[in-house]
Amino acid sequence: MSQAIEPLRTSAPPGHWLNPLVGGIASLGAKMITALVTVGDFTVFCLRTIGWLFTRLPRRETLLPACYQIGVLSLPVVALTGTFIGMVLVVQSYVQFRQLNLETRLGAVINMSIVRELGPVLAATMLAGRVGSAMAAELGTMRVTEQIDALTSMGANPIYYLVVPRFLGCLLLIPALTIMADFMGVAGAYFYATWLLPIDSHFYLENSRRFVGAFDLFAGVFKSLFFGAALSLIGCHRGFNCDPGAEGVGKAATSAFVYSFVAILLLDLILAILLDAVYYTIWPEAPKIL
Amino acid sequence: MNGKRNETKSTLASHLRDSSSPLVRLVGVYVDFGRQRVLRGLNLEVARGETLAIIGESGCGKTVLLKTIIGLVRPSQGQVYFDDRNLALMSERELTRQRVRFGFLFQQAALFDSMTVAQNVAFPLRQHTPKSSEEIREIVLARLAEVGLPEAVLEKKPAELSGGMRKRVGLARALALEPELMLYDEPTTGLDPIMSDVINELIVSTRQRHPVTSIVVTHDMRTAQKVADRVVMLYPVPRLAEDEDQIIFDGPPETIERVMDSRVTQFVRGEARERLMELRQQTAGGQ
Repeated sequence: MSQAIEPLRTSAPPGHWLNPLVGGIASLGAKMITALVTVGDFTVFCLRTIGWLFTRLPRRETLLPACYQIGVLSLPVVALTGTFIGMVLVVQSYVQFRQLNLETRLGAVINMSIVRELGPVLAATMLAGRVGSAMAAELGTMRVTEQIDALTSMGANPIYYLVVPRFLGCLLLIPALTIMADFMGVAGAYFYATWLLPIDSHFYLENSRRFVGAFDLFAGVFKSLFFGAALSLIGCHRGFNCDPGAEGVGKAATSAFVYSFVAILLLDLILAILLDAVYYTIWPEAPKIL
Repeated sequence: MNGKRNETKSTLASHLRDSSSPLVRLVGVYVDFGRQRVLRGLNLEVARGETLAIIGESGCGKTVLLKTIIGLVRPSQGQVYFDDRNLALMSERELTRQRVRFGFLFQQAALFDSMTVAQNVAFPLRQHTPKSSEEIREIVLARLAEVGLPEAVLEKKPAELSGGMRKRVGLARALALEPELMLYDEPTTGLDPIMSDVINELIVSTRQRHPVTSIVVTHDMRTAQKVADRVVMLYPVPRLAEDEDQIIFDGPPETIERVMDSRVTQFVRGEARERLMELRQQTAGGQ
């Protein structure tokens, strides 16, 4: 029962020529194990959070502040990002399209990129930076100062009390933020293209109408749900597993953003392929842009 | 008729069991963090109504022991029984229900930053009782009055309070549901001598006011001697011999000064002695 724990042998006898190689393999193995344990732990964390959605919804007094933080306070920054991205796209692509005499098609290309890709991805990225890392820092501080233990000791489940409202807040509000980013992007691009550049407003709009449809808007909003779920779960999980001290909290916040950003782009790729397949299955004769 | 007699008998049996069996029982508990062993084969019983002080130097596993008792830390081996029920066999839901019977005062009080003092103390009441807001407010005021805090602090945030006040709010919160078992994690650490004594007095008066079993983890000998019926001293695992028990003293506080074990007397009197030499050797070795 009480044997002492034998340290794992990770090297050949001292001075052996194989030592560096064995050491390298051992440290690689250790890293793999840590990564695998983290993935497993994260999966359990996600399942527990989602499980709560089906058993007991969060209370209003925990959900509303989370929604305020995630939705209301993120709105200006998301809107601003959307506007600038719309304008930048016009500036970047105008010259090339002009050379081909296709500048009126800009409306289709830009609005399609905004609605399907840039709107959702940028809204999610802004949210990961503004809200995801704040979640990691806040929950990390709560972990370090034993507030999460205090919750548990008082018979309150920390996942139900801290994670579920944040998760649900992100899930409910990221579609709205995405639509806001889309709208501001489309509007920004339209004003730049038709007011500051000599593009005919009628053809710009007509091309947008012909090529950008409800499915594109749906695709963007649908993707944003996955982004919102990923960034909130990653932020909360990083916070829950924060190392002690100020450095630990800082690391949790940074890693929350980095992992969320990678997850957003990875999910974006997978969902883009999936949704394209769905689109051309439903409408095989759908027009291509160029 | 027969059924009624049986019922009376079983009530009596449970009453007898209740009064004689220990409230907390640890059997061969091991706790490891990675490769570091913090608790080694610990056997400990805490009787109902008793106030037990657990003393020992920093890093000997006192806080881990406290967290093991309420299931915040799961032992790698061994069992923890609360009221004759094995914590490891309880579901998460059952464990949550049992935790209402515990009160835990954390080392830094662990008050929720985002809430006011009133909301902090009301938190367990809102979680576990169907009481109305007025009733909760009355209980909150009563608990705060018990720990000597005025109504004026109700709307303050924890960040606006001094260390001593935070500890007292933490105590009020832990006592909100009138727990059967109170756990104090270093209640006087970081406080001035007068505030330390205030907290000690509060621990004593809590016991007089409520029928509570208490476990106080401390390295303050004054606290141990003032509040405890029994003192247990833990020793860090890495410094123990292979088959030695981790509990190096277990007895009433009056007898601790008469113990011959130099490790105990050294702690009680607060003398560094050979530890200083050891530390110097370690530093020299490190260089």
